[in-house]
Amino acid sequence: MSTTLELCDVTRTFGSGSTAFTALSEASIAVDAGELVAIMGPSGSGKSTLLTIAGGLDVPSSGSVLFEGSDLASLTRDERSKLRRSSIGYVFQELNLLSSLTAAENVAMPLELDGLRAKQARRVAMAALEQVGIADKAGSFADDLSGGERQRVAIARAVVGERSLLLADEPTGALDSVNGEDVMRIVRSACDSGTAGVIVTHDAQLAAWADRVVFIRDGVITDTTQQMPGPESLIIADGAT
Amino acid sequence: MTIPHALLALLAPEAKFGLRLKEEFEARTGAIWPLNVGQVYATLGRLERDGLVEYRGGSDDAPSQKLYELTGAGFEELRRWLHTPSVDGRPPRDEVVIKVMVALTVPGVDVGEVIQSHRRQTLEVMQAYTRTKADAAGDLAATMVIDAELLRLEAAVRWLDTCEARLRRGATLDTPEPVPDSGSAAPAKSETIR
Ligand SMILES: Nc1ncnc2c1ncn2[C@@H]1O[C@H](COP(=O)(O)OP(=O)(O)OP(=O)(O)O)[C@@H](O)[C@H]1O
Ligand SMILES: [Mg+2]
Repeated sequence: MSTTLELCDVTRTFGSGSTAFTALSEASIAVDAGELVAIMGPSGSGKSTLLTIAGGLDVPSSGSVLFEGSDLASLTRDERSKLRRSSIGYVFQELNLLSSLTAAENVAMPLELDGLRAKQARRVAMAALEQVGIADKAGSFADDLSGGERQRVAIARAVVGERSLLLADEPTGALDSVNGEDVMRIVRSACDSGTAGVIVTHDAQLAAWADRVVFIRDGVITDTTQQMPGPESLIIADGAT
Repeated sequence: MTIPHALLALLAPEAKFGLRLKEEFEARTGAIWPLNVGQVYATLGRLERDGLVEYRGGSDDAPSQKLYELTGAGFEELRRWLHTPSVDGRPPRDEVVIKVMVALTVPGVDVGEVIQSHRRQTLEVMQAYTRTKADAAGDLAATMVIDAELLRLEAAVRWLDTCEARLRRGATLDTPEPVPDSGSAAPAKSETIR
């Protein structure tokens, strides 16, 4: 399995001198294609900081970020923004939908920016909205959607197109547990078809969809889950007496 | 007494053989709690003795199979049980809670690490259940029983998170003053020694 994302000893310090604050300290993590990793930790522990650096939206104070083997720091500005646009899907904690666009336009936008013709982009966007169960709201403006609906539009926008990395920060915050599970199934199936995923959450039920759960505390990665033997150990096979 | 009543419930629609009861129980509960046929027949025997089910004869092609039917008294007992409260307000003795609470008083043990071990282990179990749930997408019974388990485990993780947050705020636990064994008896005793 090839490694899609690799953070090597990433440190992020905000401010300087006596007000300097280290939000992330020598964090190392590798995510393979097809793998889903969840990051869990208390509020303020550095989860969003890690995710924005992983997506090239912020740069580390020290350490490096490799995307499919190449160091983000070695790319030109244009190369970096092309990468962000076409290879990485994001769901931000604040969602960042454009309120003057409809749900479908929000989802189609990254595709159009990538050069897809409007009609085709719209078709792909509709399929993605269908996948998250809100095709009927395709024509509604982002502002007129409920919190949970906006969340699903943001997910659709992040998984649309051929992304090799999906980054999501609390992607199911406004959803009840059955709808939250639908979102995780979508994320899971994107990963099963080769996307590398990193989701930040403090919801253990969502984190449990990941192949690996990484725990972070005060900017330091402290622990990681190991995969237990398959479900056979929890549930007795059919016909057992 | 859950299993006898669950069997009464499965007999409510029609008379059934023991093997069929075992299969239906497992199907309804997502095969999480396996049951063996011997257990089923032993339970049916007791239910028959109590007049809650009636023996209806054997099977022609499998003589060891016996058909049982729910009686009127059985149906009344089933209704009563379905509405009987399953919570009695007494806290269950939770092993993780006890471990964390006593860890607070053990010198040389880092409670934060104890909390994290349990959090990690609980997440690992939740991951295994979630994989099972993902594979069982079409099986509503299995999905609902696994949901129950996942929510219980999630509550355990949230308790650990809450404990950690409280301790990080600098809260400390008061240790109760040791209480003398039997009030004023202690000084009296020391006086007799003198
Ligand atoms: N631009 C910034 N300048 C200064 N400090 C910052 C900046 N961004 C983040 N921080 C600080 O870094 C720490 C980690 O922030 P981060 O947003 O990564 O936390 P988080 O784990 O995502 O928390 P939450 O669960 O609340 O979203 C916090 O203490 C935050 O105040
Ligand atoms: Mg955050």
